[in-house]
Amino acid sequence: MIPLIPLVTASEVAFWVCAPISIVCALIFLLSRKPIHSAIAMAGVMVSLAVLYAAQDAPFLFVIQIVVYTGAILMMFLFVVMLIGIDSLDSVVETLKGHRIAASLVALGVGILLISAVGQFTMGGQPAGLAAANAEYGGNIPSLANKLFGEYVFLFEASAALLITAAVGAMVLAHGERLKKKMSQLDEADARVRRYAETGEHPGPLPSSGVFARHNAISIPALLPDGSIAEKSVSKTLTMRGVVVDVDELRAPTSTAYQALEGRTDELEGDDE
Amino acid sequence: MNPEGFLVLSAILFTIGLAGFLLRRNAIIAFLSIELMLNATNLAFVAFARFHGNLDGLVAAFFVMVVAAAEVVIGLAIIVAVYRSRRSASVDDANLMKL
Repeated sequence: MIPLIPLVTASEVAFWVCAPISIVCALIFLLSRKPIHSAIAMAGVMVSLAVLYAAQDAPFLFVIQIVVYTGAILMMFLFVVMLIGIDSLDSVVETLKGHRIAASLVALGVGILLISAVGQFTMGGQPAGLAAANAEYGGNIPSLANKLFGEYVFLFEASAALLITAAVGAMVLAHGERLKKKMSQLDEADARVRRYAETGEHPGPLPSSGVFARHNAISIPALLPDGSIAEKSVSKTLTMRGVVVDVDELRAPTSTAYQALEGRTDELEGDDE
Repeated sequence: MNPEGFLVLSAILFTIGLAGFLLRRNAIIAFLSIELMLNATNLAFVAFARFHGNLDGLVAAFFVMVVAAAEVVIGLAIIVAVYRSRRSASVDDANLMKL
């Protein structure tokens, strides 16, 4: 019987809303050159697929698609993208000649093959639906648990072994051997004294910055006893930036004040004579 | 809703994943393309499960997710290890064995 008004089910609405979203997101994923954009578009694909699972009577898969896939796996991808490739654009240089065209042709061929193979036949009839299978043990999750811990229990245990192996493998891969022995405080003191013996480098701390009557910022060099500037009293970074204050300017008011005083003293002494 | 629509969507997503894997030079994105292909097969599994009215397809999709999680752990560890020695995540830069 063909109804006059096509019967639109919630499943169909979900499909026609989410299928275009997922395809557009997948295309953005394919075509954007920044890895971070690709990863975000992938999250869109996964969430719309999760909605499609929910529309197909699979609430458990809907939840783990969002929680495990989008929430955990994809966020781990994002984490690694931010760690190592946040500012790297995908290169457009072809290392193999004609690689891009060949790859596009292969993908197009596989796509045409798959879609024509799927579209050629119709399954015939309405789907049986999972309502009966879900209701057998009182819900989707108990029924899935019955399958998982009954029929597929060995596969389930094998997957536990797989996950443990993966965790150990990741630890082995992430482990870096220390190439040199770690320096202890005693080693550092020894090295300092040896440098003093060999090159005469001062073993103590560096001189602090200069303190003047009007300024004591870190950009002001200290003076040595002979009046010259102690180079080490100012950070090299500040010297390179050229923000070091000219000491003579700072000294100028003091010098003029002393000169005035000395001149006055001379005057007074001259009066006495 | 017949499963054909879901199967066609699954085929399209699988194709885009394949194209991404072949075209993109960033190792992380090539790896994400594999995830897209796995997701596409999951969609087909769920569509078939619903069509046939039994839960085995859902269990298969569940196991695909478990394997994908294990694979991501190892794959990302390899990518990070390669990055630490080469300072690059591009698959074109790992060509030390090339003549």
